[in-house]
Amino acid sequence: MGKEIKAGCARPTGGPVGEKADTPQETPKHATSKEVKAMITVGKKAPDFTAPAYHKGKFVSVQLSEFLGKWVVLCFYPGDFTFV
Amino acid sequence: MSVDSVFVHKMWDDHELSRMVKGGAPFPMLSDGGGRVGSVYGVYLEDAGVEARGRFLIDPDGVIQGFEVLTPPVGRNVGETIRQIQAFQHVRKSKGTEATPSGWKPGKLTLKPGPGLVGKVWEVWKTKMAFD
Repeated sequence: MGKEIKAGCARPTGGPVGEKADTPQETPKHATSKEVKAMITVGKKAPDFTAPAYHKGKFVSVQLSEFLGKWVVLCFYPGDFTFV
Repeated sequence: MSVDSVFVHKMWDDHELSRMVKGGAPFPMLSDGGGRVGSVYGVYLEDAGVEARGRFLIDPDGVIQGFEVLTPPVGRNVGETIRQIQAFQHVRKSKGTEATPSGWKPGKLTLKPGPGLVGKVWEVWKTKMAFD
């Protein structure tokens, strides 16, 4: 699963993959969030992304499209150590 | 996935999750600093700077089959998530010839949509089956 990444002082980063990947900074906030909400529709492709991850003792880089061919449950949550 | 760094994920897994589940979190704990991925998925809460409890079911073709989004104080029902995956897998295997009615679980009756079933669902499917 994913490539192992080195733990340096800089926090590893990921983000959306594809056409919009390098535009967020330049696009006005409101325009981005509007566009973005319209992107999530059942029956449509899940937007691809890469993200640094912790997995069983290692820091790795994960890309959603690596999991094509499998069912994926993608869960977001408010934060580590936040009770629920 | 949350806005926490992979370093905080490690601490949480080491100090708490591994005490709840043997061996710790079995899946990758993804980090989304700045909520960039969460914004694309519509779950990043800008005011709080965190992500809502969004859960997306993605099929083997990379297509989103379902999602659920809750505000932070209410936890999910994992059993329902698993039931939905089983239903989507069943429907996919049938290549669209079967559909799963409300409350369906593996082993229960499925419906075969077609002209013959129009107006006849009441004959084969009873309301109480939604609650069994």
